[in-house]
Amino acid sequence: MAPSHRTLAGEITKGLLVENPVARLILGICSSLAVTNTVINGLAMGLAVIFVTVASSALVSMVRKVVPGGVRIATYIVIISGFVTLADLFLRAFFPDISKTLGPYVPLIVVNCIIMARAEVFAAKYPVVPSIADAIGMGAGYTWVLLAIGAVREILGSGTILGYTVLSEKVFTPWTVMVLPPGAFLTLGFLIGLINYVTMRRARKTR
Amino acid sequence: MADTVEDVKEASGAGEKTGIVVSSSPHVLTTENIPRIMYSVVAALIPAIGVSVYLFGLRALLLIAVCITGAVGSEYAVQRLRGKPVKAWDGSAAITGILLALTLPPGFPFFGAFLGSVFAIVIAKQIFGGLGYNIFNPALLGRAFLQATYPVLITTWVEPFASAWGVDAVSAATPLALMKFEGRLSPHMALFFGNVAGSLGETSALAILAGGLYLRYKGYINWKLPLGYLGAVAAFGGIFYLINPARYPDPLFHVLSGGAMLGAWFMVTDMVTSPTTPSGQWIFAVAAGVIAVVIRLFGGLPEGVMYSILLMNAVVPLLNRWTRPKVFGEAAR
Repeated sequence: MAPSHRTLAGEITKGLLVENPVARLILGICSSLAVTNTVINGLAMGLAVIFVTVASSALVSMVRKVVPGGVRIATYIVIISGFVTLADLFLRAFFPDISKTLGPYVPLIVVNCIIMARAEVFAAKYPVVPSIADAIGMGAGYTWVLLAIGAVREILGSGTILGYTVLSEKVFTPWTVMVLPPGAFLTLGFLIGLINYVTMRRARKTR
Repeated sequence: MADTVEDVKEASGAGEKTGIVVSSSPHVLTTENIPRIMYSVVAALIPAIGVSVYLFGLRALLLIAVCITGAVGSEYAVQRLRGKPVKAWDGSAAITGILLALTLPPGFPFFGAFLGSVFAIVIAKQIFGGLGYNIFNPALLGRAFLQATYPVLITTWVEPFASAWGVDAVSAATPLALMKFEGRLSPHMALFFGNVAGSLGETSALAILAGGLYLRYKGYINWKLPLGYLGAVAAFGGIFYLINPARYPDPLFHVLSGGAMLGAWFMVTDMVTSPTTPSGQWIFAVAAGVIAVVIRLFGGLPEGVMYSILLMNAVVPLLNRWTRPKVFGEAAR
């Protein structure tokens, strides 16, 4: 029962802007604020979330007809936490430094609203292939927002990007506030404002 | 009131033929308006500005000018961008700029001061909807942003009369920092006249008092607010002084040092961010004073005036609702 009016490409691209999980649906805010003080942290977190979302959406979609409605949330959590454990152990084994700086936020992907929301509103109702497309789009939408916030905060807060100095200390005193929690809220607020502005202008044009 | 009737006639567009004006109340209007009040506050700040220039040199004046430019300029820019009527010249943005500058150290970089004043207007005031809609005092929020942004620069102080430009001067500690970290008290007379290290406009209690009393005389500030704030600072600080005079400073020191005076007369009394009900004003001012002393004596920072006022700003809408006076004849709830 795949929706005929929607294409696979549409399922992927809707997560990028129009239904962006962080900027439009305001889901997964906790990790978007907590791990974005540098670009590399945002990238690692984003990739981990893409992996978990795609894998769990696929599995949820596969078992959607055999799981009784009453225990579906418990089933999602078991599936999601399985993949989160995989991602966590992988990061710990191959990227111990990043794993250490991300701290508890990788295990906390289990309770990330984005993954739960995709399982409940999409994967539980659609076949495997559209579910994977949807999960890729949502994961990518989450990741680019994290990268954007991380880039702004790293440049203004430390004068670097991906660890390379772009603003020398001689000409620019780093804004300490940007690596602190208020910087995350300010940056996310401005980003949401910008995206709302862009989508509103688009809607006005098409009308 | 002849011009008032003309105004009403013009505004309603009626009465052109008959000469009779039909309008809703109020019918008697005051001559007060926003620019008049705002520029009176600017006038009240002139003694503090004068003392800051006398103590810290011409650089102080430049710092104030940079902040006014940043505040008025960004107010103008935001109002143009939002397509709202441009009222950047009504003086409210200028006050924000001056007050922000008066809370900065004399050697603070110009770019940082500009950034802080833009933040104060754009984030703390215009994003909430502009004058009258802001929850927090814009100047204080601008300073809180600068405190988090440049934690080292904003706590680098210089002695008064050290240098006309303030940058090559020997760094010094404020009376509150001396009290907190070294247990040394500054003389009261120096605190009263302002001959101590500190932010531009906060050192001289006398100059601030002159401006504050002028505003009180004009009726633009409510006496409950500064009195409640300073009274709470003195009383609550006094309790600890009575318990252990060797360890805690005396009440007069609390009132005269740091930003207590500037905060009490010009920031607690902000018409927009203070409660409107009489009992709400008492609660607001007294609680802020207690918080300031708690931060000073037991917090990590030597000074707590800024955060005390900002914290209480946040609960002003609740205070207004909670302390709403009963209308005459209203049944008890």
